[in-house]
Amino acid sequence: MKKAKVFRPTAFAFPYIAVTVVFVIVPLLLVTVYAFRGNDGSFSVENFTYIFTNEAYRNSLFKTVGIAFLATLLCLLVSYPVAFVLASAPFNKMAVLALLFVIPMWMNFVLRIVALKSVFTWMGLKPSFWTGVIGLVYDFLPYMLLPIYTVLSNLDKSYVEASKDLGSNEFLTFWKVTFPLSIPGIISGVSMVFMPIFSAYAVTGLLADAGTTVIGRGIEQLFSQPSGYGAGSALSFVLLLLVFLVMFASSAISRKANKTLKGAKKK
Amino acid sequence: MAYVEEKIIDLVDVCKSYDDTPAVKNLTLYIRKGEFVTLLGPSGCGKTTLLRMIAGFESPTSGHIYIEGEEITSKPPYRRPVNTVFQKYALFPHLNVFNNVAFGLKLKKVEAGEKDGKKIYRKLTKAEIAEKVNRALKMVDLEDYGYRNVNSLSGGQQQRIAIARALVCEPKVLLLDEPLGALDLKMRKEMQIELKRMHRELGITFIYVTHDQEEALTMSDTVVVINDGHIQQIGTPKKVYDEPANAFVANFIGESNILSGTMIKDYLVRFLGVNVPCLDKGFNKNEQVDLVIRPEDISISKEGEGQFKGRVTSSVFKGTYYEMNVLSGDYEFTVQNTSEFYVGEEVVLKIVPDSIHIMRKMRTINSFEGEIEDENTVYFCGGSFEFLNPDEKFEKGDTVIVKIPFDAVEITDDEDDGVIGATITQALYKCSYYQAQVFTDEGEDFYVDTPYEWGIGDRVGIKIDPAKIAVEKAEDSESEGESANEEG
Repeated sequence: MKKAKVFRPTAFAFPYIAVTVVFVIVPLLLVTVYAFRGNDGSFSVENFTYIFTNEAYRNSLFKTVGIAFLATLLCLLVSYPVAFVLASAPFNKMAVLALLFVIPMWMNFVLRIVALKSVFTWMGLKPSFWTGVIGLVYDFLPYMLLPIYTVLSNLDKSYVEASKDLGSNEFLTFWKVTFPLSIPGIISGVSMVFMPIFSAYAVTGLLADAGTTVIGRGIEQLFSQPSGYGAGSALSFVLLLLVFLVMFASSAISRKANKTLKGAKKK
Repeated sequence: MAYVEEKIIDLVDVCKSYDDTPAVKNLTLYIRKGEFVTLLGPSGCGKTTLLRMIAGFESPTSGHIYIEGEEITSKPPYRRPVNTVFQKYALFPHLNVFNNVAFGLKLKKVEAGEKDGKKIYRKLTKAEIAEKVNRALKMVDLEDYGYRNVNSLSGGQQQRIAIARALVCEPKVLLLDEPLGALDLKMRKEMQIELKRMHRELGITFIYVTHDQEEALTMSDTVVVINDGHIQQIGTPKKVYDEPANAFVANFIGESNILSGTMIKDYLVRFLGVNVPCLDKGFNKNEQVDLVIRPEDISISKEGEGQFKGRVTSSVFKGTYYEMNVLSGDYEFTVQNTSEFYVGEEVVLKIVPDSIHIMRKMRTINSFEGEIEDENTVYFCGGSFEFLNPDEKFEKGDTVIVKIPFDAVEITDDEDDGVIGATITQALYKCSYYQAQVFTDEGEDFYVDTPYEWGIGDRVGIKIDPAKIAVEKAEDSESEGESANEEG
């Protein structure tokens, strides 16, 4: 007798796999192929030579890295104190407050950016490098706030008490206990903000001046003409490598931090 | 030469409420220098809150706390000469063992001579810190663990590190908040001996919080029994065990037979229909009392002398003795003996005067202040109760004293069946009934004799037999309070 067919739960993953293959794997392969194909169709690195020798692309690459670092740092500096306040008494009992900070995430980001643009115009601010950065910070703030807030509000209060008990005042307790124990939240916040900013170009496109072109914009421009496919793919490839690099570094740090902080959560 | 007992901690009239719910009520207590004091009580009795107020993590709603005569009531924890061993250790996970122990030392400042008449302070040097840390680790038998990650240690080892971390700061008082609660039995016994040894060697004051009565009795110089935010009794372990101040203490500490009785005269008490000689005196004639007899103090024999005949209803082997229940009349005695008597056997129980301890009843009648609403209804404790009062006439609005015997109160399963709602806060088995303590929604305590067993925290309704309510004109506002034996 034939064995009855058993429905395997792995079948649930097939739609996802299909989508991934069609929309992620295949395009990635295409980008790689385009990037390493010369004008004559053979293997060559001339696309890479082109973008690295072209001053405009080189500059936009540096600018992108710079903006991403700056905006991430500002996000961190703005969110940490807010997360700290929200996670401590008496605000920690008002879950609604944290929600208020997250609500902007529910709105379409283009809508928010256009709104911010009109606010800038009303304030008389001309588009510049800094308006671009402010736009990015505004846009990604909740993604930084949420993981830090989660870590801080789950932190066992007895660590803070133990620190004070052993003689440290409020500031030293923060510096020697609370902050080190919140590093996993910072890392996950940073990776949730840094990488999207790295490839974002709509925000700077709408808010910043013409001089502030990010790498994403460069790619878009190159792909808008058929002759630019090769160079555009090479640029995408470089972007991808940089993102991988950052992801790898941050996951290495967070693994190390998680190892030492195992048990730092509420039991 | 007069021996002066030096107080190290003095708590005066300390109250603490959380959102109007009192956790510690008007508590006055002092602790002598060098003592090993245990705060003992069931969970939620306020013992941890008390410890946290001494440590500085909570501030009292009212009252004062002194350490060596200096008021510290509103000082932050880092300015108090005390250190705490936390229930779940609270070792810093981002620091290794050495740095955990060194945490307090790195912040400590020591005197370094005088300059221009002012004392100058300096930090400890690295070498000094290392020396102290290693000495502390040695004391807890973990010398070679300095560079270990705290998460790689077992519960018992973490506990030792937590103790070393607190002791290395050389506090005047060490506070321990149920420090052995998370350890297994064997480890717990070992740590009890260790802690006792450290206490002896260091000579500092230990304040130990626990709900484990056995732990309290084995370790302490002084036991402070707390219930419901009040001190029930303060005394040496022996005194608390042999001479409990009230039925709560007797029930909470050790196994015991608690009965209601009447003092016939000095040295003679009547219970279960038998007059039994005892060693207590000073009670009123025919005063209602509670008496406690420890199960190991009852002699049991097949035939022989004894005051009570009974039948064995159960027998359990407990390692070194048998614990048996013996039904005599309608009371079931718990008896411990090294020889076994079988279920169903007829036995004789003998109780010698020495083994009976007589306690004043916590309360003999429920007494409340009320207001007459109608000819035969009176309002008190948030409800209107009917009463029969043939003798006296009251005017509407009169303030009266309402007295209700314990057995006139009926508690009902369904809250809505009663006149008012309440929560069971305590239930003591007494002879053929349970004496339950219920806390009404209006914040009054009722004592109830009930044939049923109720669980702590059960919601019930309260009904009262109208014929048994005694209503008197209020002449003075004296109402019987609970007998809390404060200030030892």
